[in-house]
Amino acid sequence: MERIPILRMGRFLLVTIQVDMHDQLALTLQDDLTQRIVKDRAKGVLIDISSLDVVDSFIGRMISNIAGMSRVLDAQTVVVGMRPAVAITLVELGLDLAGVRTALNVEKGMALLQGATA
Amino acid sequence: MSKVDSAVLARVVRAHEPEILADWIQGQASVRRPGALQEVEQRRVSRELLGAVSESLQSNGDTGGHDWLAVREILDGFSTQRALEGYSPVETATFVFSLKEPVFARLRKEVSDPQQLATAMWAASRVIDGLGLHTTEAFQKTREEVIARQQRELLELSTPVVELWDGILALPLIGTLDSNRTQVVMESLLEKIVEARAAIAIIDITGVPTVDTLVAQHLMKTVAAARLMGADCIISGIRPQIAQTIVHLGVDLSQVVTKSSLADAFVVALARTGARVEGRGAAIPASTTAGA
Amino acid sequence: MALGEQARVDTRDEVALRSGEDVVRLRQLVRERAIAVGFSLVDQTKVVTASSELGRNTIQYGGGGKALIETVAAGARRGLRLAFADQGPGIQDIALAMKDGYTTGGGLGLGLSGAKRLSDEFDIVSAPGQGTRVTIVRWKPY
Repeated sequence: MERIPILRMGRFLLVTIQVDMHDQLALTLQDDLTQRIVKDRAKGVLIDISSLDVVDSFIGRMISNIAGMSRVLDAQTVVVGMRPAVAITLVELGLDLAGVRTALNVEKGMALLQGATA
Repeated sequence: MSKVDSAVLARVVRAHEPEILADWIQGQASVRRPGALQEVEQRRVSRELLGAVSESLQSNGDTGGHDWLAVREILDGFSTQRALEGYSPVETATFVFSLKEPVFARLRKEVSDPQQLATAMWAASRVIDGLGLHTTEAFQKTREEVIARQQRELLELSTPVVELWDGILALPLIGTLDSNRTQVVMESLLEKIVEARAAIAIIDITGVPTVDTLVAQHLMKTVAAARLMGADCIISGIRPQIAQTIVHLGVDLSQVVTKSSLADAFVVALARTGARVEGRGAAIPASTTAGA
Repeated sequence: MALGEQARVDTRDEVALRSGEDVVRLRQLVRERAIAVGFSLVDQTKVVTASSELGRNTIQYGGGGKALIETVAAGARRGLRLAFADQGPGIQDIALAMKDGYTTGGGLGLGLSGAKRLSDEFDIVSAPGQGTRVTIVRWKPY
């Protein structure tokens, strides 16, 4: 079965979304992530969406879900790499991603997580 | 046009389409610019156009109606092409008006009754005038679109985003902002944020005399988009009048840091990025208090 | 439909919408057509995102259906027209369905209202027991 790989970097988990996500894939990712957060005692999750040229409300909900679940498991979530065209579209769409922190790239995202979980 | 008028015209045009076309093409030679490729192309358009006109004449609508859609489409394509090639609207309309001569000549040959001839010629005149006018409208529209696109390209080239410091951008907006310009400039700011890996963008509106609802909305959307990308915006240079306008417009600025001057915004930005401004000593006179 | 008969259709594609993978295919096709019309990157993204929202709606609420993608021209203006149709239960209260945040399926409630905001023209025809048809148009500004 197709799944999105989850990389561990110290106390943080890195997920790079590069493919067009459909329902099953999104559900599997959410399951896998929650399991890994617990198993690896991760303090943070970095979601890299720099490859996505479209983010719709389905992906938005997935990201919010991941952030919510992580928070319950005492981990922070940071979304990185949103493209300008996607950001402009999401604002127009009305998608908030409230409660989800963002950073320009993986490097800055890591710095943010390190600062927040020190 | 009453049914009787167009019936005669329609019949003659349909029956003698090849001859009318030949006469028309011959007549075009005097007004056309030289160039073999254009000659072939113009012949093709003429044939296509006359065919469509003949077809549309069989119905009874006027040139602005549904029955003439195909003809207008051909003319639109032709006008657009000519506009892009640099032809003047007069040359393009003349092409259409030049159809009158061969049509009249054919009508004179084929219609013996003077009254019928007169009404048929008048009907032909009305149709061709309508089509000629249509080309000027389409032409105008295309030119406007070309100008708009050129303006936009110019704007993109001259985007005034400045990197003040490592990771700190400044966008000093100057002059009245229209919706289009604001959008272009904002998009380019977001691109620059990615390029410069900036954490903070200062949007300075000192040089903007008035801010209307649309511009305020674009500003807010830009701030929101930047935040989604992981960068924060500070808006500086809000003059008292603009502050009033913004409040009256009901724009919610509670999520945005605002400073009255670009310099103040810069200090805040530096602090945010972990930098600090240190004085070098001698410049400040002893009598003044050193401020932050 | 706001467009009326004045628009000429240059290309027409139909996409069956049954599963999540179909939405992926839909987005790719809409992207291709948007590029062909000459939309800027931002405008492409907007129309593709709108199609994703409406495509998912068709599957999730309409029980599956189809999307019609047309590149259109009206005078010298070019655009992309997308229509989403299903034979599902239909919408009881369209005004309510168009409200931001309203959802009956656990979503974010932004599908219809969002798609409208991302488009130049928006039309919806739906009634209980009569399925749903949503049409959007995005025009190239110049």
